[in-house]
Amino acid sequence: MTVSQTSWTKPAPRSPVPTKVIARPNRTPQVQAYVPEWLKGTAVTMRHFFENTKERMLGQKRDPVLENFEGGITTIEYPEERRPYPDRFRGLHRLTMRDDGSPRCVACLCCSTACPAQCIHIEPAEYAEGDERRGYERYPSVFVIDELRCVFCGFCVEACPCDAIRMDTGMHPAAYDSRDQFIYDSPILLSMVGRDGSRKTENARHEPGDSTHPGVTRKHEAH
Amino acid sequence: MEPLDIELDEGELEFPSAPMQVNMGPAHPAMHGTVRMVVELSGETITKVDVQIGYLHRGFEKMCERGTWTQVFPYVDRLNYASPMLNNVGFALAVEKMLGVTVPERCQHYRVILGELARICDHMVCSGAMAMELGAFTPFLWFAKARELIWDVFEEETGARVTHSFGRVGGMASEPTPNFKAMVRAAVPAVRALIDDGEKLLLGNRIFLDRVENVGRMSKERAIALGWTGVVLRSTGVPYDVRKVHPYLTYDRYEFDVPVGTSGDNFDRFMCRQEEIRQSVRIIEQALEQMADEGSVNINDPRIVLPPKEEVYSTIEGTIQHFKIVMEGIKVPAGECYSYTEAGNGELGFYIVSDGSGTPYRVRIRPPCFATMQGMESMIVGGMLPDVVPTFGSVNMIGGECDH
Ligand code: SF4
Ligand code: SF4
Repeated sequence: MTVSQTSWTKPAPRSPVPTKVIARPNRTPQVQAYVPEWLKGTAVTMRHFFENTKERMLGQKRDPVLENFEGGITTIEYPEERRPYPDRFRGLHRLTMRDDGSPRCVACLCCSTACPAQCIHIEPAEYAEGDERRGYERYPSVFVIDELRCVFCGFCVEACPCDAIRMDTGMHPAAYDSRDQFIYDSPILLSMVGRDGSRKTENARHEPGDSTHPGVTRKHEAH
Repeated sequence: MEPLDIELDEGELEFPSAPMQVNMGPAHPAMHGTVRMVVELSGETITKVDVQIGYLHRGFEKMCERGTWTQVFPYVDRLNYASPMLNNVGFALAVEKMLGVTVPERCQHYRVILGELARICDHMVCSGAMAMELGAFTPFLWFAKARELIWDVFEEETGARVTHSFGRVGGMASEPTPNFKAMVRAAVPAVRALIDDGEKLLLGNRIFLDRVENVGRMSKERAIALGWTGVVLRSTGVPYDVRKVHPYLTYDRYEFDVPVGTSGDNFDRFMCRQEEIRQSVRIIEQALEQMADEGSVNINDPRIVLPPKEEVYSTIEGTIQHFKIVMEGIKVPAGECYSYTEAGNGELGFYIVSDGSGTPYRVRIRPPCFATMQGMESMIVGGMLPDVVPTFGSVNMIGGECDH
């Protein structure tokens, strides 16, 4: 790859830049006298105030999320009212599972490499002697995410080649009272499900542990 | 007894006083972005001021040298945290300039729309906060509400409200959502209405006008000499806007005006921002028209862009490609380049040096605020102490950006 001159910046336009000159403030007598304009402004704010109060009192408060274009109070009274999180919302992490309950993660360390906050710690391990997956793939004996260091950038999800880590729990980071509670290890991460409560995966591969897996037929030498 | 109306020199005062020093900041409510100003007062008039920046320092540029080019995106999110998308786009463009690639047209429009939405937010935060510091709380809340509408769009698109980390070298992290256009079309008029309402409240208020008009003036020549860019420069009457003068992305295809002020005071800066919001709305409308509904947002270059997930899951080529990019980073050819875009506060430049590896050798930012802060002193000396608040508010200093 060589640095080439592309059309990245285009030549400046020949014609003069169309400008719009800002007018100086229009100090009409009403503005200068202050009180008339003050009354007008107060009327506007008071109208909003009474409308909002009335809606509140009569229990007609508009939904701050679904009806947010129509005025009314914007405040969301968490936790009674909650914003529905969009599909792409990056929430707490979870590790996906295969059908037999083992983690889909193969301890490839892509996520911990891609993590700009360096908050994922993985210790890869081989399966035990005699396991048919030994020598075929590894698993994380330790998988820890420090949710306090995490910046919720989603790079780990993007980096995972197995769809093993996801941020689709639809849960925002919780507030705990001590720091160690933010350290999520694999049992916690595996116990979480997607926002629809399912554990379905995008990964079409049939992996060992999935019921659809044809089985490892290669003959393995001991390692 | 002597008549009291005799003219006294300062020195002859009955109680001569040494100049009083007042510390404003770094934790003063109006000094957002943790700036400290040591102000020397004579009465209420400022005779001398020492503006000290650097209380918010994270070593951003050094941190960028640690990871891959992609890992810089979360850092640039936190430069100007009032408009993270503009920084994302700015950095992506810098690396793309180095690589010599141009993203597909659909992505360019997409970047423009998201960028202009971020610009609207940025200007609203600044104008709103400035009004609030002057005691006008209602417009601030209305602007905050308008901002909420825009953040909702961002959350839907990027997955996060403020720290999007959505830009990528060679495209965006994901495609626009299917109802992206509809969402923007619904949000923008509502935002515009709220802004007009808020502005009306302020411009009819004599107290607000008295506090901003002819306060904190800056001359054209001095602004240019200090390297000012963006709204603060345009308010002095210089029509310099990177989007017009050096069009990048698809900015040469939209019709919009560059608002310029006449006297470079707080009022001009405030109004330039308001007008720019309206111009941004125009740009967004045109970009929505021109943006295709179909097509890729990423360039088709397996050396730069991660392969689609289905390929990674099922083909060995995809997996290898994926590993190469994740583990080694995007290989940017050795060299250096300076790339500049119009961010919320002015020209946001990235001067990047690559040694040919997947890790930046040096990332240097040219934050617009840094230059602006150099002119702070001349704007407030000679004024009154309370004038510091609107003047500082109207230049929109963002601590995260000033950090070097
Ligand atoms: S979201 Fe980002 S910071 Fe958090 S664990 Fe994933 S890669 Fe690391
Ligand atoms: S979660 Fe994914 S990226 Fe991370 S180690 Fe496991 S398989 Fe690799």
